Amino acid sequence: MSDAAPILETRHLSKSFGALKATDDVSITLQPGEIHAIIGPNGAGKSTLIQQICGALRPDTGNVVLDGRDISGLSTQARARAGLGRTFQVSQLCMEDSVLENALLGAVGAQGAAWRFWRRALETAELRATAEAALARVGLSDEAATRCANLSHGARRQLEVAMALTLRPRAFIMDEPMAGMGAAGSKRLTGLLDGLRQEAPILLVEHDMDAVFALADRISVLVYGKIIATGSAQEIRSSRAVREAYLGDAE
Amino acid sequence: MRIAEHWINGAVLIGIAALPLWALFIDEPFTITLVTRAVILALAAVGLNIVLGFGGLVSFGHAVFFGLGGYAMGILAYHAQTYTVLDLGFFTTEGTKSMPIIWLVAMGISAIAAFFIGLLCLRTSGVYFIMITLAFGQMFYYFAISWAQYGGEDGLSIYVRNGFPGLNTLVPIQFFGICFALLCLVLILKARLQRAPFGLALNALRQSEARVATMGLNPMRIKLLAFVLSGAITGLAGALFADLNRFVSPAMFSWQFSGELIVLIIIGGVGRLMGPVIGACVFVALEHFLGGLTDFWHVYLGLILLGIVLFGRGGLLGLLTGKEGAHV
Amino acid sequence: MSAILIIEQVLNGLQFGVMLFLMAAGLTLIFGVMGLINLAHGSLYMVGAFAAAAVAGATGSFLLGLVAALAAAALAGTLIEVVVIRRLYAAPHLDQVLATFALILVFSEGTRWIFGSFPLFLEIPDALSGPVTLPGGIEYPLYRLTLIGIGLAIAVGLWALIERTRIGIQIRAGENDREMIAALGVDISRLYTLIFALGAALAGLAGALVGAIQSVQVGMGEPVLILAFVVIVIGGIGSIRGAFIGALLVGLTDTLGGVFLPEVFKLFMEPGAAQKSGAAIASMGIYILMGCVLVWRPTGLFGARP
Repeated sequence: MSDAAPILETRHLSKSFGALKATDDVSITLQPGEIHAIIGPNGAGKSTLIQQICGALRPDTGNVVLDGRDISGLSTQARARAGLGRTFQVSQLCMEDSVLENALLGAVGAQGAAWRFWRRALETAELRATAEAALARVGLSDEAATRCANLSHGARRQLEVAMALTLRPRAFIMDEPMAGMGAAGSKRLTGLLDGLRQEAPILLVEHDMDAVFALADRISVLVYGKIIATGSAQEIRSSRAVREAYLGDAE
Repeated sequence: MRIAEHWINGAVLIGIAALPLWALFIDEPFTITLVTRAVILALAAVGLNIVLGFGGLVSFGHAVFFGLGGYAMGILAYHAQTYTVLDLGFFTTEGTKSMPIIWLVAMGISAIAAFFIGLLCLRTSGVYFIMITLAFGQMFYYFAISWAQYGGEDGLSIYVRNGFPGLNTLVPIQFFGICFALLCLVLILKARLQRAPFGLALNALRQSEARVATMGLNPMRIKLLAFVLSGAITGLAGALFADLNRFVSPAMFSWQFSGELIVLIIIGGVGRLMGPVIGACVFVALEHFLGGLTDFWHVYLGLILLGIVLFGRGGLLGLLTGKEGAHV
Repeated sequence: MSAILIIEQVLNGLQFGVMLFLMAAGLTLIFGVMGLINLAHGSLYMVGAFAAAAVAGATGSFLLGLVAALAAAALAGTLIEVVVIRRLYAAPHLDQVLATFALILVFSEGTRWIFGSFPLFLEIPDALSGPVTLPGGIEYPLYRLTLIGIGLAIAVGLWALIERTRIGIQIRAGENDREMIAALGVDISRLYTLIFALGAALAGLAGALVGAIQSVQVGMGEPVLILAFVVIVIGGIGSIRGAFIGALLVGLTDTLGGVFLPEVFKLFMEPGAAQKSGAAIASMGIYILMGCVLVWRPTGLFGARP
């Protein structure tokens, strides 16, 4: 798997806030078809890393490369168009609108259709087809007319994934998709993500270790902004450095 | 009491059309002028509502566009009525008394101003945006006061209302008809815009800018275009308002007017198509009746407004339809 | 153009600037700590001026007038904080704008109701009237010089209050983390009322002091309010230091621009036209200044980076 050219790559990313090194020379790759999980204790710099990959924060040094192209200088929206499908840790949905309208927004973005002023988005066949296909993929077709504010927490997570899907991304960046989910919801979402890796690889930042060990082909451990280990679930479980970082014991 | 919003919308438009006709029948031209005033203010507020209600951008400087529309009319008509030449260096004109041309110029100037003001103001958000738009309004206000060539503080009087092909605009009901038709046209455009992909994106922008960017859409460009459209519509209203009064003055640029436009929208209901229209009718009625009772009617307006903000979100439309409007 | 004229205008600019600072300091504190945009701050300025004019007119004592201005503005501030403003802290900015706009309407028309539409006059006290000779033989009105002194003294006082006292610690903490200081047992709603009243008193004082060199009339507060907005946008919202620097910049730009721009224009235009266009451009000077600062730093000179 690691022989193929990576879809997404960070090269020596570093970012400091004053004296705090939030990201310290992070180089990771995301290979076709894989789920690469990033784990680490709270405050390890996982969110900062994601923000740099997606364009919300500028790294001090280093590059982000997508499909061999350096996207470090691009804005958030340009990176999305280039193929980054992001989901948020705290759902960023249009709460006043219906599920379908949220998915349509993704379709509008995917097709660069924001500069249309006359025809209703809901009645535009190609937009609707994209939106409905994405909702069907995550199992939200029955909720299409529901107002987003009335959705359950789990369904909001699914909608986040559906919106990323409408972009037909080259890579998914998912920031704690399992956060706040119950056991049943977690399991359903795990199944969904499992199938999704065929469409595009997933860079998964997650706290839920069950999900990580069930899904990830590779796991990287981020501590104080540094990647201290990368490997299979088995390798990570038995790594001394990881045990030290998490448990604080030197045995 | 809950009434479907589109029934109320229809009833309001029919009411606005019927009142002047009735006034014509009983020969009360002043009522026609009053309704025309409400229609023009409604048009200005519909423009503001594009950014305020749907985009969530509290512009406290929309008087800029209202004033620019007014001065576009004033300057063109002034040169036409004095038979003088307006020399812009690259372009000279003897002015015009034709409404359609004046409207195009008013909208064009307002749109250009909105583009540059937007480019600067939209870099900021929240309270900064409110204060900066307010400050820009003041800048234009003081500029108009110190611009002696066009009347300075005293403003400009236009002796004869500008013309529209085939109509006699001096007849109040005919001028009302023009304003009402323009309002309806803009409302139709707005209704389409709201549900079109652009409207969807603008609406999403109010709720989460990060989401819009993540979907590959450029938030700044969407906001800027909304601001330009909004400015152009308010500019058109300014030109009509100047024609209604046959007078323009720096007061059209005043911050109080920017505030009143926001108030109109709030009285009617934020983020609703007809909110500004209903708000403008109520405002003009209050101004007329309360203003007739006491010179200090602004005290009551202030108290009513406080009541709405503290106790009744959603405005009148919210009250009638039982739904809250968009949250800004 | 002489050096005397330049120094005189610089002093005028400083005097204008420090009075703007009194307005801007309250606004920026109220925004920084409570997150509230208060359009009615200009009304408190007006309340101060009217109270001073009425009391000084009745008693003949300017000092009593100033005391009345401070008391009336602080009282009015406390009143609106408790009745209205308090409900707005968690509300969206639009609600804050509307409610405080409504307060302007009530204050302005209410004042017109009580005092009528004619301006009142507030006399400069005898002890402070007339010019004083500065080193270098420059004659300058003593009253304006006193205003500069008072403004600077208050700036120092505010700095000491915020940096050196218990209340100041609470204010600074409140800017950073409301829940935390509430959890530490500080009575947050009393703190807020206190800050609001302090801001109101400063605005009222500025109104009274400026009222003696301009006329005291309804609507006098809002132009100053908007200038104070420009000041805190330039300085950075929430920063007292920014408000001070911003106020001086705005005061100097406005005063010097109005005097010198027409002169500069005369170098390459005929005098009549230069006077007109110079004045027109000068009236836009501070807004151009604001625009430049924003392009450079969208959150102002001393504002928090997002």
